[in-house]
Amino acid sequence: MGEVILTMKDIDKTFPGVHALDHVNFEVRKGEVHALMGENGAGKSTLMKVLTGIYAKDSGTITYEGKEVSFHNTREAQDAGIVIVHQELNMVGHLTVAQNIYIGREFRKGIRIDDKKMNEEAAKLFDRLRIHIDPTETMSSLTVGKQQMCEIAKAISRDAKVIIFDEPSAALTEAEIEELFKIIRDLREQQVGIVYISHRMDEIKVITDRVTVMRDGAYVGTLITKDCSKEDIINMMVGRVIYEDPKACSAVPPDAPVVLRVEHLNAGRMVQNVSFELHKGEILGFSGLMGAGRTETARAIFGADPKESGDIYINGKKVEINSPQDAVRNGIGYLSEDRKQFGIVVQKTVAENSTLANLGNFMRGLFINKRKEAQVAQQYVDSLATKTPSVEQLVVNLSGGNQQKVVIAKWLVKDCEILIFDEPTRGIDVGAKNEIYKLMNRLAAEGKSIIMISSEMTEILRMSDRVLVMCEGKKTGELDIQEATQETIMTLATREISI
Amino acid sequence: MGKSDMPNKSIVERLGGQKVIVLLVVMVLFAFFCIASPNFRQYSTVLSILDYSYYIALMAIGVTFPLITGGVDLSIGTGLICYSLVGGYLVVHKGCPTIVGILVAVAFGVAIGLLNGALVALMNLPPFMATLCTCMITRGLGALIVNRLGISWPTSGTEGSWFRDIFKTTIGDIKVPLGFLWVVLLVALMAFVLNHTPIGRYAIAIGSNKEAVALSGINVRFYHTMAYVISGLFAGLAAVAYSAVFSTVQPGTGAGFELEAIGGAIIGGAGSVEGSLLGVFVICLLKTGLPYVGLQANWQQIITGLVLIGAVLVDILKKKRSGELRAA
Repeated sequence: MGEVILTMKDIDKTFPGVHALDHVNFEVRKGEVHALMGENGAGKSTLMKVLTGIYAKDSGTITYEGKEVSFHNTREAQDAGIVIVHQELNMVGHLTVAQNIYIGREFRKGIRIDDKKMNEEAAKLFDRLRIHIDPTETMSSLTVGKQQMCEIAKAISRDAKVIIFDEPSAALTEAEIEELFKIIRDLREQQVGIVYISHRMDEIKVITDRVTVMRDGAYVGTLITKDCSKEDIINMMVGRVIYEDPKACSAVPPDAPVVLRVEHLNAGRMVQNVSFELHKGEILGFSGLMGAGRTETARAIFGADPKESGDIYINGKKVEINSPQDAVRNGIGYLSEDRKQFGIVVQKTVAENSTLANLGNFMRGLFINKRKEAQVAQQYVDSLATKTPSVEQLVVNLSGGNQQKVVIAKWLVKDCEILIFDEPTRGIDVGAKNEIYKLMNRLAAEGKSIIMISSEMTEILRMSDRVLVMCEGKKTGELDIQEATQETIMTLATREISI
Repeated sequence: MGKSDMPNKSIVERLGGQKVIVLLVVMVLFAFFCIASPNFRQYSTVLSILDYSYYIALMAIGVTFPLITGGVDLSIGTGLICYSLVGGYLVVHKGCPTIVGILVAVAFGVAIGLLNGALVALMNLPPFMATLCTCMITRGLGALIVNRLGISWPTSGTEGSWFRDIFKTTIGDIKVPLGFLWVVLLVALMAFVLNHTPIGRYAIAIGSNKEAVALSGINVRFYHTMAYVISGLFAGLAAVAYSAVFSTVQPGTGAGFELEAIGGAIIGGAGSVEGSLLGVFVICLLKTGLPYVGLQANWQQIITGLVLIGAVLVDILKKKRSGELRAA
């Protein structure tokens, strides 16, 4: 490890309603691989976005190569030698590999773009990195892993002094990860400072020199990797005080009938052989890190994404679900994590949204029975305590929590027995959160069965009767609420399966 | 490794994809009409097909660029009439030399292209909406400027009609469709712009992943606007071709021209300039040829529509196979 090349000190950043970064410290030395770890929402990506100029910091200092710097956009950061390899790929599918690598700084021959030179330079670059990709290949024809390699090559081609890898291995196969590690070790030799963001504990142990842990937007501490154990890191990641008491024990009677049984569900890389049961009146928490495959599982069950294989039984009877219509017919309601995009029609009224999934029951001949619609909508506004001046209010004017209630009303109007809540309290303030929790408990007590996908550990522990943990598209464990703790869940959620 | 990744590409794809298929379609259609109708296989028919093709082809060259960025330009059809009216008005009623009328028509096209670009790239209007609005505006504007009267550009033999000879000249007794040469040259030029200059490169990139282009530090707004400017420029050139071939221009017409150009570009794969040209010939062949086999105007429209559906389906199938649609 060489001298310090980058120091971030007392970085503070507040978004409306969220203290995203709370006086965070972070440093990178030349020739080290520095892991940045933390739960979802701990602030890792925000910190890196502040560094590369995507967000402006509220206070604190960034010192790079001995000078205080403040980048206004990624271009400035890149020009200074700090590049970020994004988690989501930033590739232009219709262009070739070489065209992508040199986009925005093409070699020219007069007004002409010199593709030949770009291909040669890219080939040289790949040779140096020992990557086997044809620079003239169209980007979209490559596997995701190879695209990732190109993204890395692009970063390196800019003569970067600090490279940030944001979960680079998420889309890579074992062999590709090996290749990636070789490249990272080479870069370390060349005295490049590397920031490595990953959830995979084993990778951290293999490739990194130091680990910095963040939690809830705050700096927790920095450890030398070889001197600490996996447990040390997990403890630092989750060691927060839990304000809400977790559920003491399951509220579901042991003899409650199985409402939904899923057997050997497969749908792509993100859903591999998932089986579980959901009991009547139960809240089953789906826990795991981002990209663990929880939403994908829910969408496959709901018929929103095609499944490759697997059986679904409702009340013991096998059902065919190939589309959301099939799912709704079978009494399954899905509350998307992205309300705006999938859950509600924001430019419509509360009443119209409430009856959206069940319009058939509100028809009088060819026309919608507006009065009945308004009546029923009002009934649910009252029972869910939705705060809206009237059922004729446009949903876009409601707060996040009340929008969520409208979505819930939609599925209750449809009389769904099984409700899948995907991140039910994302983007909802604390007071409204509690109301949603109460509502979910009430629904469960009334005999509805609920799957709750949540990335918030406290939410999982507080709401669930049972917890199912996923990692990398596979179910890694099921815990009764009595045995579930942050540590047991995190261990399952980061369990390496790729051996 | 390297080139050995290629063999899963079919022969057609290696030869240039949809373009090859469209070229075959053009040849088969031409052969079919020649065999089916003795009246069709005459030099004069070829001349009339080409006459009809110039303005559609020029519009199609230009509109290929907005299409590649994932947008569309609906204003080129009524725009063409508007630019031609304005240019012709200056020549006929204001006594301007023909060249001034032509330059003004082209410049007007560029201006409307800039407006479209500004609406789409700077103000983030959906391209469909933005260019639908300018489509209506140009239609009204053209009629307004000429006070709702038709304009007749100088006809052959009269003074100032030299520009008609650019498109069709007579050598001895033979009429030579010179315009075809210009169209081919412009196709070559714009194919170069599309494939070998930043304007084309970034148009493709914007259509593929605009976010990534912006993150690469590229001036997305400028290059996005340029696509519409090119479309406007070629609508202006199409106005000149239209004036030269047909002389008389009526205000209020032109709606629907853009559909033939866009249709041609889509048949050609909506991804290359030469493909767009070939697609235009499919449309022009159908338009000219079907009457010779007894199918009148309504049938032409229906068959053209069916061909378009076929072209779009081929495109979707192609993308599905390469996995692009699933990723999106």
